[in-house]
Amino acid sequence: MSALAALLVRDVRLAVRLGGGAPMGVLFFLIVVTLVPFALGPDMALLRRIGPAILWLGALLASLLALDRLFAADYEDGSLDLILMSTVPLELAVGAKALAHWLTTGLPLVIAVPVLALFLDLEPLAMGAVALTLLVGTPALTFIGAVGAALAVTLRRGGLILPILILPLTVPVLIFGVSAANAAVVGPVPFGTPFTILCGLSLISFIIGPFAAAAALRHGLD
Amino acid sequence: MRLKNVVRRAFLPPFQSLGRALVRAGAVIRLYATDLACIRSGREVFAGVNFTVAAGEALLVVGRNGAGKSSLLRVLAGLIHPAAGKLVLEGGKPEFSIAEQAHYVGHQDAVRPALTVVENLAFWARYLASPGGPGMVPETSAAGPGADGTSTATEAALEALALTHLASLPAAYLSAGQKRRLALARIVAVPRPIWLLDEPTSALDTATQQRLAELMRRHLTAGGIILAATHGPIGLDGAQELRLGA
Repeated sequence: MSALAALLVRDVRLAVRLGGGAPMGVLFFLIVVTLVPFALGPDMALLRRIGPAILWLGALLASLLALDRLFAADYEDGSLDLILMSTVPLELAVGAKALAHWLTTGLPLVIAVPVLALFLDLEPLAMGAVALTLLVGTPALTFIGAVGAALAVTLRRGGLILPILILPLTVPVLIFGVSAANAAVVGPVPFGTPFTILCGLSLISFIIGPFAAAAALRHGLD
Repeated sequence: MRLKNVVRRAFLPPFQSLGRALVRAGAVIRLYATDLACIRSGREVFAGVNFTVAAGEALLVVGRNGAGKSSLLRVLAGLIHPAAGKLVLEGGKPEFSIAEQAHYVGHQDAVRPALTVVENLAFWARYLASPGGPGMVPETSAAGPGADGTSTATEAALEALALTHLASLPAAYLSAGQKRRLALARIVAVPRPIWLLDEPTSALDTATQQRLAELMRRHLTAGGIILAATHGPIGLDGAQELRLGA
């Protein structure tokens, strides 16, 4: 465990010191959510109804922002070579890196939700539902995104191709995240039904993401 | 997290015990390559490379620029698949691949500017020296007491490369030579039998070159193997020479 813990601590420490991921992601999230009322007009009832969807879309786009750096820095400075030569399986190393990335970029978005929900005039119940679905859903976005980050790592300007690769794959997470948040507020489906599927999608991404990303890294470096 | 090893232990017990028996009998390791070839994006970098290096021996890989010295080391490090040929390590730990029993110091130093010198080193020491990982074969204490990724090993490695006074400095402030020293401290902190060094003396001052030569000699005495790509003498007398692209 100690090797993976060391990798996790290092990545979190780097993210905190460089200060890029969390504040930028939250600010981007804030801007996306703020733009929507300007585009739609001050129709409170409409905002309240589509609020959960806007928060989910904002979080989805914000979580893509720093994703291309997930492996790029390690690739550029040669660290990835050493990670590949370690006795620690690459799949677990990818998992640890993705977890560190989520802690420093995904989790701050979830924490920012209560503040941003005020902009959209959401009820406390809806706010709680969105926060809970994002807490479960954003790790899936990061772990799916890790596959794209691994594929893009050896490409010049890979950061540009990353959203195009990743966004289509995040559609199921978006559908069930928003429908769970809506179900909690208006029904008619019980909250548990889409929420359980969302949990399932996250669990699947925890397995498939690291394996696919590790395969992409091995292939890309060769 | 020891997934890979768990699998290996389940499937390789006879080989493992054989390996241990060889180690106990004082068997030494031997690395040999036959007819090794490497093709990068359709272009043949080298082909028909043969060499044998036994414990306590060094092999200097020489040749003009672009002859494939770095590619050969990356093939040995398991970072490039050879297009043809065989690469065998005899007497090592069969449950680990050659790459897992080797240290690689390439052109990039794997030093993160935002971390301090000691944080950089301590991370690699902890990451590369997982318990039950490949130590030296045969097991010796030549690498010094506590050379297992602990803080003592980290301190000893900093001392060995004269970096102790810089320990708490962010690595962003290091010069190229100091970064190279930090990369070399990594291979001192964690014992592994094979050292793959790509122009290890580049950017090093003469005092550090001598220090490195001393560390390499100690590694060879302990039964290790060194393969170094180089353009000039690196202070290893009696090393074999492999000329690429001749």
